Amino acid sequence: MRALDETETRTMFTKLASYTGASLSNLIAPPAEGTAVTERMVFRLVKDRVFYLPERIANFATSIPRDSLLTAGTMIGKFTKTGKFRLNMSSLSIIAPHARVKCWVKSNGEMPILYGSNVLKAHVARWSEDAPEHSGCVIFNQNDTPLGFGVTARSTAEMRKLEPTAVVVFAQADVGMYLRDEDTMFTT
Amino acid sequence: MGVGRRMIKQGPPPPLDESKITMLKKRKAGEPEIAPKAKAAPAKKRRRSDADEQTTSKKAAPKKSKANGAPNGSAKADKKKVVEKKVAEKKKPVPMTDSEDEDEEMEEMDDEFDDLDGISDGSLDSDEGVERLSDLEDDDSVIVSDGEDHPRATMFSDDEDLSDAEEQLTAANIEGLSRKLDAEQQAEAEEAEQELQDAAMQTNIAGDRPDVFGQDGQPGLAPDLQLLRQRITDTIRILGDLKTLGQADKSRADYVDLVLNDICTYYGYTRYLAEKLWNLFTPMEAFAFFEANETPRPVVIRTNTLRTNRRSLAQALINRGVVLEPVGKWSKVGLQVFESAVPLGATPEYLAGHYILQAASSFLPVMALAPQPNERVLDMAAAPGGKTTYMSALMRNTGTVIANDASKPRAKGLIGNIHRLGCKNTIVTNMDARTAFPKAIGGFDRVLLDAPCTGTGVISKDAGVKTSKDERDFLAIPHMQRQLLLAAIDSVDHSSKTGGYIVYSTCSVTVEENEAVVQYVLRKRPNIKIVDTGLGDFGSPGFTSYMGKKFDAKMAMTRRYFPHRENVDGFYVCKLKKTGPTPASQSTTETSTKSGRARSSSKTESTDDEVYDKTPILDEDGTTQDNEGGSFGPFAEDEDQDRIDRAERNRLRRKGLNPKGVLNKPKKSKDASTSKDIEKPEEKSEEKKPEAKKAEAKKSEAKKPEAAKKSSNEGKGEKKTVTKGEEKKEKKEKKEKKSAKKL
Repeated sequence: MRALDETETRTMFTKLASYTGASLSNLIAPPAEGTAVTERMVFRLVKDRVFYLPERIANFATSIPRDSLLTAGTMIGKFTKTGKFRLNMSSLSIIAPHARVKCWVKSNGEMPILYGSNVLKAHVARWSEDAPEHSGCVIFNQNDTPLGFGVTARSTAEMRKLEPTAVVVFAQADVGMYLRDEDTMFTT
Repeated sequence: MGVGRRMIKQGPPPPLDESKITMLKKRKAGEPEIAPKAKAAPAKKRRRSDADEQTTSKKAAPKKSKANGAPNGSAKADKKKVVEKKVAEKKKPVPMTDSEDEDEEMEEMDDEFDDLDGISDGSLDSDEGVERLSDLEDDDSVIVSDGEDHPRATMFSDDEDLSDAEEQLTAANIEGLSRKLDAEQQAEAEEAEQELQDAAMQTNIAGDRPDVFGQDGQPGLAPDLQLLRQRITDTIRILGDLKTLGQADKSRADYVDLVLNDICTYYGYTRYLAEKLWNLFTPMEAFAFFEANETPRPVVIRTNTLRTNRRSLAQALINRGVVLEPVGKWSKVGLQVFESAVPLGATPEYLAGHYILQAASSFLPVMALAPQPNERVLDMAAAPGGKTTYMSALMRNTGTVIANDASKPRAKGLIGNIHRLGCKNTIVTNMDARTAFPKAIGGFDRVLLDAPCTGTGVISKDAGVKTSKDERDFLAIPHMQRQLLLAAIDSVDHSSKTGGYIVYSTCSVTVEENEAVVQYVLRKRPNIKIVDTGLGDFGSPGFTSYMGKKFDAKMAMTRRYFPHRENVDGFYVCKLKKTGPTPASQSTTETSTKSGRARSSSKTESTDDEVYDKTPILDEDGTTQDNEGGSFGPFAEDEDQDRIDRAERNRLRRKGLNPKGVLNKPKKSKDASTSKDIEKPEEKSEEKKPEAKKAEAKKSEAKKPEAAKKSSNEGKGEKKTVTKGEEKKEKKEKKEKKSAKKL
């Protein structure tokens, strides 16, 4: 378990920033009086997996043998062999509160998303204004429960002209993966 | 208590009152905080009005009866006034309580919490009745503050009247009154007696003594289950009143034997397990327990308070066509599901981590542990994570939770649940908790040990337990539990300001895995004590003695849960408090972590520890010890020597050597044989493989008779062919060799 080095940090933050925008800084904000942040949060790398956790817990975790440490805090994603960073499903709880582009789906669109399909225009109830094309987008249901995240297929302006069956968000991960991919999601 | 609520079939709840839901919906949109109170208010009002009627009627009744006893007319009138005033007083505060604020409601919930024993008996309906009464009782006691605290004394008005009556007792009427009371009591007793006899007459029991022994079915045929069941109930009834119902020539043991056999056939238990479970209860209760193991427990879900609250979760699920209601007054996060139109493990709410499917019984250890925010907590056997996530939720994602599980595949589900439910303060490890703690990390404020167990409490979930558990399991598993519990105790920081607690729980009902384990650690670690679990009256107290074994007097503070009593899985919860540090001589792991120098000494201690470890098991499981120890018995040295010699010859033959030639030359073969003696078992198995060699060896021994070859092939086969003279000779030689070795 170690802190991320320069290039790793840059790769990961670029990825995260595509979902959270400027509010990424909230994730690593130092603890301050009067805010919700009470602890210093850090990113830690174990093998190729990245974990987001309070520094205090990271320090605890160092005393556990590496083989037997399975997770600590929240797993964000992993580095691929080619050095890219891939967000994991479990990062949803981290990026959802800070999401820049959001998309709310109607209740009839919930289940298709949970089965892993893309978001169709017909299912979209609401959509953030001025969303650019190919930017990270967090998908919510009508009760503001995050369901998953993906990448926008079109910008907001273009989307208005599309027919109802067109795909507007390419799904990358959804909470249905907790059932579908339970065995492979967290294996190291 | 014998007949649990289970006996009264628990139907689905009455259809939900649509008006309430829609009202709730509307209010929720506007002011979510007030909604539940509004929902509760009408019910409360109804209860109260019921109660008022009851009080008035009850107060009226004793008055009349007392009119006979007390000749004082004016006093009567006075009393009436007093009573009326009291009723008025009670009526007055009602509007005030209706507009109670949040705090007061909480207080009331606490009051309800005190009345938990209502859950264990009676059906749902009667529960409601009890609740109503106790509610009213509590309210009254709050308002009138007359210091009553009998939680379920429904006849509270009687008490008042009695005290009034006592005031009027004078020298003149006391004698008459007491005589009258005596007469009444006597009449009552007679009546009861009469009733009993009548009942016996009606059921046609008293006269004939049922002969349960004669009804053996035809051998070889499948048993008639209907008859079998009838016989079980009959025998249990007889056991309840053996003196009058039992046959003269049959003892209690005969009846128990019969019923146990029947239970084994009817429910499919092994005899051993059936006996073990039977011994825990009275016959009637044991039957109820076996019956309860055949029906599934209700499905319960736990609200994840990190993501949502129970009200909105219930709302969301009701909209999906799930019929549910709160699991009981003892939990604020549990919801009991009666029926569901959708699979509960795949709703969007489930996937979003708003709830987890979790048996009601596994709330209890966490509630007993009561982890506080900012503590360091350890869950020693965490998978599949229901308890871990509950702890994390109780700590509001602060502090640290270390979730350990010894099995990696099981830990997968644990990790999934932890992430799904949004627990951010958790470290998941995969270690053997017996050795890893406190070596890796110690100094915990609280430790939860939900130990791996035989699962005799969850037979309804996994019927395989009925047949798969034998004596060996009941020795090995408690042994592991002891080691785990010792490790748990050593991992706790006794000087923790907020904690220093250990909760030990199992999903088993047997004494070996519960009280006996706790008793063992109490003896091994003088620095711990049993404390109250904080679960109120819910559940039954632990055994303080069982089949001749005496346990700590405080063992009654531990809690047992049974499927037939509380309608939860069979469970045991014990809360321990660590008061001082573990002495260095006792803790093996602590010393080893503290200094490298102490490591060697601690190792010797650890062997000591293991030796000491075993004694209590033998002590407490006296019966098993007898069986096992007895089977070893006194050793027959001569026979053993025979066998040893034979095996040695066979071994040599298999190696391709002539045993006679080798054994006759003790000087040469001595060294070889001594070294090989040790490795004998391994070599044997190895030497079986090279078949060709063996064949050759046989050829070389061509002069030997055919039978001898055969026996050598079979390894340990009997060796009748070797003449006795030879044998004796060899024996002599062997003995000589042995003595030489010793020298």
